[in-house]
Amino acid sequence: MCGIAGLFLKNSALEPNLGALVSQMIGVLSDRGPDSAGFAIYGDRRDGLVKVTLRFAETSAAKTLLAELEGEVGPLDCIFRDSHCVVSLPFGEIDGLKAALGKLPGGVEIVSIGDRMEIYKEVGLPKQVTARFKLDGMSGTHAIGHTRMATESAVTTRGAHPFSTGADQCLVHNGSLSNHNAVRRELIREGMEFATENDSEVAAGYLTWRMRGGDSLKDALAQSLRDLDGFYTFVVGTRSGFAVLRDPIACKPAVMAETDDYVAFGSEYRALAALPGIGSARVFEPEPAVVYAWERGDA
Amino acid sequence: MPDFDLADAPVRELNAMLHALPPDTNETRWSIRNPGGKHAIACGLDRAITVEIAGHVGYYCGGMNKHATILIDGNAGVGLGENMMSGEVRITGDASQAAGATGCGGLLVIGGNASARCGISMKGIDIVVMGSIGPMSAFMAQAGNLVVLGDAGEALGDSIYEARLFVRGSVASLGADCIEKTMSAEDEAALAGVLAKADLAHVPTKSFKLYGSARKLYHFHVDNADAY
Repeated sequence: MCGIAGLFLKNSALEPNLGALVSQMIGVLSDRGPDSAGFAIYGDRRDGLVKVTLRFAETSAAKTLLAELEGEVGPLDCIFRDSHCVVSLPFGEIDGLKAALGKLPGGVEIVSIGDRMEIYKEVGLPKQVTARFKLDGMSGTHAIGHTRMATESAVTTRGAHPFSTGADQCLVHNGSLSNHNAVRRELIREGMEFATENDSEVAAGYLTWRMRGGDSLKDALAQSLRDLDGFYTFVVGTRSGFAVLRDPIACKPAVMAETDDYVAFGSEYRALAALPGIGSARVFEPEPAVVYAWERGDA
Repeated sequence: MPDFDLADAPVRELNAMLHALPPDTNETRWSIRNPGGKHAIACGLDRAITVEIAGHVGYYCGGMNKHATILIDGNAGVGLGENMMSGEVRITGDASQAAGATGCGGLLVIGGNASARCGISMKGIDIVVMGSIGPMSAFMAQAGNLVVLGDAGEALGDSIYEARLFVRGSVASLGADCIEKTMSAEDEAALAGVLAKADLAHVPTKSFKLYGSARKLYHFHVDNADAY
């Protein structure tokens, strides 16, 4: 069992409240996933710069490791949030940063790369995880959160969602895939790289691979119905898009609400109950094997 | 009329109060506010009381109901009125998966749509859905009536034992051993009775088609002896 919360804003007046709204939704879903939590949030972009979110295994060692990194690549523009750090740098310098990270003894890894997206994830009760990163105070256009109850693999931060396998792309998953090893092997042959043995990362990688080949998010998800086997409810974010897909027998729960101001996703209605205007929202259950996708025009 | 606000007190407290009512209680009409999608609201009731809930409810609302009438103005999560023995559960909006699952008796009326597996393993309950039902509804149904004014999704009545499935609209596909049947006078009377109980007596029985068991799956057929 896991919990998923997603919020995609249509009304920019709500953007300063995005973090507070999503943090509340994730908190409600603690019951569905008390082991670990994570979220992707799409905030402001800065011209000519890309955001690389780093995660340090030990918060206490973060400053020392960062100093070592700066020794390799020069001073970095970074914002610390607990065990994570968002480094903003020109696109052309990402490879240099990756190479420098490779020279470090470990204890730090890249969680996400994107113009707008930042990903944070940690082990612990979801309410405490969102508080550590001060999600309440974050603003943005859309965000996707996940609360995990680990059933098959260990409770580790690397196993926490969201998974990101491409710039500004993230996926959260409730369920389990049965053919992920075969799909992973095929994707590796196609040049994709994977950081974990996790089935959800394969789903993320599959979509990244399809979109790299020219598919829209909607088309990529439609193809995944053919190629991915198992139980799943996926919620996927891109720089400007937000999408939902459930497996053909709708094994995992999902409920959505749409108003003129937002589209919201919750594993249970409880997660949506405190959203503004929910009383008059169109509340519906996404149909099995139907791709639901929304796109913003301004990103 | 007792008024209970779930924004102020937990579901467990509400259910404990409802379970503690004596058989001759005068508190026969309850009003519940701010359900907020919480789970197991008004479960396991055993008194002829009426419980009105204003808003959306979570999982298993009205589950295991006996004697009580539960009226919900909103939508419901998984397992609405599951395993009911008697009484009524009525909802104005949509119900999620497995509405009326395993119900042995009573009446479940859904004003909107029901999603997948509506009436799964139903054992005597009457279910009326004014909208449409999702895939795999009435899976392994054993007894009772499922009445659908709209359409039915894929694999209706898969592996059905008995139970009557009345559908007015289209059926996406029938599950294993589920077939369309000719409606007998007895079937039609049963349908009319269920519609009347659901305050839908004006809906003509002739507008429905009846589906049920071909009875091939659960009877041993001697031609299959070699398979064992």
